[in-house]
Amino acid sequence: MSVSVPRLLLGLHTDGTPVSLSEHLHLHGPLPARLDPGTLLADVEGSTLRGRGGGGFPTAVKLRAVASGRGRTIVLANGVEGEPLSGKDRVLLRYVPHLVLDGVEVAAHAVGADRAIVALSEAAGELPVLQKALHDRAGSNRVEITIAAVPEAFVAGEETALINAVGGGPPRPTATPPRPFERGIDGRPTLVQNVETLAQLGLIARHGAAWFREVGTHEEPGTALVTLSGAVRLPGVYEVPLGTLLRDLVAEAGGETQPPRAVLVGGYFGTWLDADTALACELSDASLGVAGAMLGARALAVLPERSCALAEVARVSRFLADESAGQCGPCVHGLDAIARAIASLAQGRSFDGELRIRRWLDQVEGRGGCHHPDGAARFIRSALDVFAGEVALHTRGKRCGGKDLHLLPVRHRQERRAA
Amino acid sequence: MSSRLRVNPISCDGHGLCAELFPERVGLDDWGYPIIDGEPIPSPLEQHARRAVDACPVLALRLEQLSRRD
Repeated sequence: MSVSVPRLLLGLHTDGTPVSLSEHLHLHGPLPARLDPGTLLADVEGSTLRGRGGGGFPTAVKLRAVASGRGRTIVLANGVEGEPLSGKDRVLLRYVPHLVLDGVEVAAHAVGADRAIVALSEAAGELPVLQKALHDRAGSNRVEITIAAVPEAFVAGEETALINAVGGGPPRPTATPPRPFERGIDGRPTLVQNVETLAQLGLIARHGAAWFREVGTHEEPGTALVTLSGAVRLPGVYEVPLGTLLRDLVAEAGGETQPPRAVLVGGYFGTWLDADTALACELSDASLGVAGAMLGARALAVLPERSCALAEVARVSRFLADESAGQCGPCVHGLDAIARAIASLAQGRSFDGELRIRRWLDQVEGRGGCHHPDGAARFIRSALDVFAGEVALHTRGKRCGGKDLHLLPVRHRQERRAA
Repeated sequence: MSSRLRVNPISCDGHGLCAELFPERVGLDDWGYPIIDGEPIPSPLEQHARRAVDACPVLALRLEQLSRRD
C-alpha cells in the first residue's frame, strides 16, 4: 500500500515538464480573491505549520514577527538548497512553480509586503522554469516578485548568508542580532522562508488549517517532502504524511537494494542512526528525537552493510570543512583538522585519531557565527558513535572490509568555483 | 549588576591577548581562538575583563551588562 499523499506534488507530470498555470488552477483552484492578513495568520497558526527548510521554527511566529516589524517588509523565498542530499526544493521550483509563487503571494499578504524575491542556485536549472511561470502570471500577481540566482554553496541557505548573496555579496553569514526579521534586505524586516513552507502556505490559504491537519501526527501535522537516497531501488523525492514509518517510506522507494547498515537522517548536518533503529522510527521529530536525531530538511540516505562508512564520512567531512564560509577561526581550522584526522582514520593510518577528533569536535561546537560547525560536528560525532565497530577496526589498521561506494554526493572545489 | 564576556567569532582573528590578560575566564582552543564560558563575571574580576576587552586589536570582545534579574 502506498504511503504517498500528493498535496504539493499533486498532478506532477511524469515527463519532467512543469505543471502549467492552467493545469495548476484546475488542480488546486484559485487563491482566495481576498487575502486578509488576519485570516491568513489565524489559518497558519491553526495549522501549526513549522518551517520546512530544516530549522523547524513555527511559521506563524515568524510571520507575526515580520508583520510587526518597523518599516516596509519584504519576502525572501529560499530555494537555494545547498544540501547535496536534498532535492525537494528543486523539485518544487522545477515542477510546481505556481504553487511556490502562490505561497510567496500568501506570505507577502500575511506580512504586508509589496515585494518578494525568490532566491535559487545559479548552478541549478530552475531559473527558466520560474521565469516562464512569472511571465505566465503577469497581471494576476498582486505582489512584485523578482528572481535572484545566487552562487551555489552549502552555507548559502543560511538566512543571513542568503541575504548577503541576494544583495550581490558573497554568501557569508553575518553576526546576529539583528535577525533578518528585524533588519534584512535593504534594512527592511525580511521574511526568509523555505520554498516548501511557502508551497504549504499556498494550500493552507485555499483549504484552511483543519484540512492541513487531516494527515500527519497531532504534534507534527501535514505532509512533507522527503529526499531519499543511497541503497534504495527508487531514490528521489517523496511526499508523505509526517509520522510515516521510515520502514514504509523505504518500501515506497522500492525497498533496499542491499542489507542496510545505517541511515543518515537530516542531511550533512544530520545524525547517523543504525539501520534497525532508524527504520523503526517515524518521520517526526518526536520519534527521531528519542533516537537522538532530528528531521532537519528530511534528507535521508541509506548506507548498506558492504560499504565502508568511514570512507563516506571522511569525504563528507572534507566537503563540510571546504564549505566553511571561512570567517570564524574554530570552524576554519577545526573542521579542516577534523577532516584530515578522519581521512587518516579511514585509511587505517591513525592510532589515536578518535580521541583527538572528539576533543576537536568539542572545540568547534557552538563557536561559529552561524551553525555550520555545529551541524558538521553533529554529523561526525554521530558517525563515530554509530560506526564504533568500524572505527575500532580501522584504528587497528585492519579496516572494516567494506567498499567505498561513493553513495554520499559532494561537490568538488573546482566544480564549485567554476560554477 | 554583573556582566559577561562575549566574543564575535566572525571578527575574532585569534590574537590571543584576551587569554593572556584574563586567563581566569578565557582559554584558548588548539588553534589559538578564545574559549569563553559566558558565565557572569564577579565584580572583583571585572577590571581584568575590561582590560581584555580594551586590548583586543579587532574589537571582537565585549563586556555585556546583565540586568539584575539575569
